[in-house]
Amino acid sequence: MLTYLIQRFGQAVLTVAAMATLVFLGVYAIADPIDVLAAPDATPDERAQISRRLGLDQPLWMQFATFVWRALHGDLGRSFVYNEPAFTVILQRLPATLELAFTALFIAIALGLPLGLWAGLRAEKATDKAIMGGSILAFSLPNFWQGLMLVLIFSVTLGWLPAGGRGETVRVLGLDLGFLTLDGLRHLILPAVNLALFKLAVVIRLARAGTREAMLQDYVRFARAKGLRPARIVGVHVLKNILLPVVTVIGLEFGSMIAFAVVTETVFAWPGIGKLMIDSINRLDRPVIVAYLMLTVCLFVLINFVIDLIYAALDPRVRLAETDA
Amino acid sequence: MTPAATLPEEPVPYRADPVWRAHARAFFRSPAAGLGLVILVTVALVAALAPWITPQDPYDLASLDVMDGTQPPGSRSFAGLTYWLGTDAQGRDMLSAIVYGLRVSLVVSLSATLIAASVGSCIGVLAANAGGRLDAVLMRLVDLQLSFPAILIALVLLAAFGRGIDKVVIALVAVQWAYYARAIRAQALVERRREYMEAARALALPRTSLIFRHLLPNCLAPVIVVATMQVAHAIALEATLSFLGVGVPVTEPSLGLLIKNGYDYLLSGKYWISTFPGLALVAVIVAINLVGDRLRDVLNPRLSA
Repeated sequence: MLTYLIQRFGQAVLTVAAMATLVFLGVYAIADPIDVLAAPDATPDERAQISRRLGLDQPLWMQFATFVWRALHGDLGRSFVYNEPAFTVILQRLPATLELAFTALFIAIALGLPLGLWAGLRAEKATDKAIMGGSILAFSLPNFWQGLMLVLIFSVTLGWLPAGGRGETVRVLGLDLGFLTLDGLRHLILPAVNLALFKLAVVIRLARAGTREAMLQDYVRFARAKGLRPARIVGVHVLKNILLPVVTVIGLEFGSMIAFAVVTETVFAWPGIGKLMIDSINRLDRPVIVAYLMLTVCLFVLINFVIDLIYAALDPRVRLAETDA
Repeated sequence: MTPAATLPEEPVPYRADPVWRAHARAFFRSPAAGLGLVILVTVALVAALAPWITPQDPYDLASLDVMDGTQPPGSRSFAGLTYWLGTDAQGRDMLSAIVYGLRVSLVVSLSATLIAASVGSCIGVLAANAGGRLDAVLMRLVDLQLSFPAILIALVLLAAFGRGIDKVVIALVAVQWAYYARAIRAQALVERRREYMEAARALALPRTSLIFRHLLPNCLAPVIVVATMQVAHAIALEATLSFLGVGVPVTEPSLGLLIKNGYDYLLSGKYWISTFPGLALVAVIVAINLVGDRLRDVLNPRLSA
């Protein structure tokens, strides 16, 4: 197990290093940020000065060496636009994204489990077909288009909910949280539903498949023979058995929610790291782009690393289950 | 292995296989899939014939009139042209813009799918055939890439390359090749143990001929299934990237970019600039999914169970 752990850790570090090189080379190969940053009427002298101040006059390998050295010290450079450390800029926006992602996660589970259960219990009936049809749409239609339709229906046409922004926030333990105020909550609903839709479809499918399988098991027949109420059979015996795969998959998919928040945040002008990333690409704010990509890559590598470890720990049981089947 | 210089290529003429007719019949047994196919063929024709059938060339600035900007659907221009789907801020007929946008969306996603399928298939079949360390390294790479969400990889690449049709295609290929490599490798591992492969090996055919003339053609069924599904993904991803403003350039807007351009107007109630390109996008994606689902059932009965 220890050898495995060290091996996987080595791979994780390698992945991060490879991605860092790729990201740096890629991002620093794009157009000259001076064009965006300097005033259009700047003299060549002023341009050279800005270039020197930002370290852009150095050869590429020197910039890379500086970047690696500073990154190892937790410094990912200063944002050209905000004139603050890029990492700080990202961290300021992170709570908004996390709030959105966790709310979406909650919606996906709180709606997906009952819907999936219901569809599973009524397999092949009209309810099931309606729910599954809806989940296919949620699954295959582009996320930004779904967001647009939410805005069109609930903001523009019905006027129930705001179309963008984050609304009023309160400061709790140094974090700005929106869901504690009514206004913040109203702003949170549409983006969170939008981000949740894709995972909602996944949860529904998992829960439905699990329910169909569980209903045929001996323990359900036995519970029925014992004279338990159907509500108790489904609510306790079936639910417990379908919960595990759902929770596992949702845990794994949390990282991709952060990545997909880029889309939702752009649609709803949500001030999180995803919107920051898109703005930074348009403003050629290289340090912020690099910091965002490095943060997300590290997050993913970390999640994958933990999953690998959990699977390795569970391996004997998985193998046993396979030989049984 | 010694290359057999004297052996001619096998002289088996290709005949239309009745299996395909059976497949076609099975395909059309599903009315939804038939409808999907009809939609797709129509859309492809419309996109291909765009310059001849659209009421207006949306990128010929001389034919645009700003006075006709943001007209609602059904209104008429001074020149007597009816804007069935309204106009955008520059006075561009949305119907024409959508047809041209479809063209860009389809060209980008189809070429990306084609390139990704070829690259991925070659890598997958080579990995299966080589085995050992090369196989392990390639498949580890596939695993690694598939563990990141597609949009993140595409964003990394486009942040690096900047906007452009060719760059979007490259990003989509980079995102998708791994799916093909994995699918075809699994198939190739089964096929290479078949008797015809043994026979081909016994004939001492050159290695490239073994792989590309015998092994690869027999592994194509899963590629076709994966490819139909991936075209839909490619269209959706391209639209998403263009919507985010990191995809195709402003001069050649795809459906995604049209939607983005109309988004600001959506909030002020001018719904048509965003909604109609969105509906076109959705129709194409749903049609591809209907066809793809049916193809999967027909070509691979094992999967549908």
